[in-house]
Amino acid sequence: METLLACCIGFLTACGVFLMLRGRTFPVAMGLTMLSYAVNLFLFSSGRLNLQGAAVLGMSENYADPLPQALVLTAIVIGFAMTAFLVILAIRARSDLGNDHVDGKLPDSDGRRKENGA
Amino acid sequence: MSHLIIAPILLPILTAIIIMLPPVHYVPNRRRLVSIIATAIQLIISCFLLWETQQNGLTFYALGDWQPPFGIILVADTLSVVMVCLTTFLALAAICYGAAGEDVRGSFFHPLFHFQIMGINGAFLTGDLFNLFVFFEVLLIASYGLLIHAGGKNKTKAAVHYVVLNLTGSAVFLFSLAILYGALGTLNIADMALKVSTLPPEDVLLVKAGGLLLLIVFSLKAAILPLQFWLPDTYAAASPPVAALFAVMTKIGVYALLRVYTTIFGESAGPLAGLGMNWLWPFGLATIVLGAIGVMGSLDFRKVVANLVIVSVGTLVCLVAMQNTAATAAVLYYTVHSTLVTGALFLLADMIANQRGKAGDRLVSGRRVAQPVLLGSLFFAAAVTVAGLPPLSGFIGKLMILQAAVTPLQQALLWSVVLVSSLMVLIGLSRAGSILFWRVTGSESGGDKALPLQVFAVSLLLLASPMLVVFAGPLTELSVAAAVQLEDVSQTISTILLESSVSGGAQ
Repeated sequence: METLLACCIGFLTACGVFLMLRGRTFPVAMGLTMLSYAVNLFLFSSGRLNLQGAAVLGMSENYADPLPQALVLTAIVIGFAMTAFLVILAIRARSDLGNDHVDGKLPDSDGRRKENGA
Repeated sequence: MSHLIIAPILLPILTAIIIMLPPVHYVPNRRRLVSIIATAIQLIISCFLLWETQQNGLTFYALGDWQPPFGIILVADTLSVVMVCLTTFLALAAICYGAAGEDVRGSFFHPLFHFQIMGINGAFLTGDLFNLFVFFEVLLIASYGLLIHAGGKNKTKAAVHYVVLNLTGSAVFLFSLAILYGALGTLNIADMALKVSTLPPEDVLLVKAGGLLLLIVFSLKAAILPLQFWLPDTYAAASPPVAALFAVMTKIGVYALLRVYTTIFGESAGPLAGLGMNWLWPFGLATIVLGAIGVMGSLDFRKVVANLVIVSVGTLVCLVAMQNTAATAAVLYYTVHSTLVTGALFLLADMIANQRGKAGDRLVSGRRVAQPVLLGSLFFAAAVTVAGLPPLSGFIGKLMILQAAVTPLQQALLWSVVLVSSLMVLIGLSRAGSILFWRVTGSESGGDKALPLQVFAVSLLLLASPMLVVFAGPLTELSVAAAVQLEDVSQTISTILLESSVSGGAQ
């Protein structure tokens, strides 16, 4: 279980970082989403992995740490709100700057940048 | 337990809600009045809190009466309360400036401003690392809104970069919190300090990884060398009162560095003592040099000021990395001085740009400013302060910095870098000033005169500088007391953890 979860988090992080390094706002937003998934899983696992553990006392033989569950809930809410804001901002940037490149300029076919990619 | 500690967080959020209520929201003058009066009340309360902290020493407030280390606590010690006072004072001036007309150029200026003050105050007062993350997010989401206030191409572009960078920073922050929680089993800063001192050897590397990730996050917030490229564009694009408030944002990063790396990874941390400081020191020095080059090379005045922020951050980070009492005291004094003067310069840059017609704040010859004597003398006072020339507060700040270096290597490096960069800042500002005020074309001036409220806001910030000189004696004593209090980790731990286990019985 540990190996599987570790690989999963690692893969999500790698995909997130790769997408974030792309030049357009959509892949960047996707990358940040992936990265926040990886973060949430990682945060969740910081209370150790165990099966059939209850977070409430007196409900089960073995207990799960409730704090990471509270932390991950907070992180999910914040991450979701921030991503929503980023998407709106990206749409605004698309209309303000005339293209969806993160720098507001499209690279030329020969690699140079030109204004507004007209 | 005094309930006063939570006031700097509750008051801004209540103010923001009141401003959004229809009777206030639809009348611009009422919004302004409520906003300014509420901030003034906050300033009085923060000063009272400071006085109380002086009387009682370190106190904490357990939210919902959940005792530490289980509940979230707010900690009021001299350092955090001074930072709260500084933020509120800067915010008062920025709101006064905004009330002169900038606030109606976009919607929800005042509520967002107060949400941001709440986030900043919370980040200073909290005694829990996860809570610090939450307050970072509060102040960031408010700052995203404020950054695109009044709109425009440049603002949107700067905001995209700023938001993406900070979201990445938040992800790294959470990674490091998860590692630290997994290894230490707590996120209360005092409890973490206790756990780190008795850490089993097999967990040392894990905590080290978490601690260094945290260093990256705080360096991004503070804008230290490899992570500072976002700052000049963002700050130069923001509308003036927002940029003035942002002057304190980088200092939050420095404050977090100071808090975490003195309390948790301080002298009692065994193998982890002084974690990351050997990285911070060279990067801090390089940040000063880069900022000074930026001051000399910038093509418009707002970027000059943004680069001055980078110089001050570099200086503060070097002081944090030195980890001695004199250096920590210098951090406090220099933070107050540099935040207020860079805030004033951002506001001043806007006043100058408004009066130069098309040239704006670009450093090219343009029309004559309408009030050369007023703006010129304000600029002169600000430049003398920020460059660290006597008789204003920058000089005393520089003196404290130079005195904080103890070993010959530190002295050689810090003295040469700080003094040479001061010279470069002086040259850059002289160049900017002579172009802005003297290289004029035509005889008529462009633009309107500055409004009294705008002049009041800038003078308020600049008058703080002579005050910092006049009361330099008590203020340095206060800084030294704050530094001693911060470095006395065992006292902090016993106040927070032992007192609570007696009174709350939770163990």
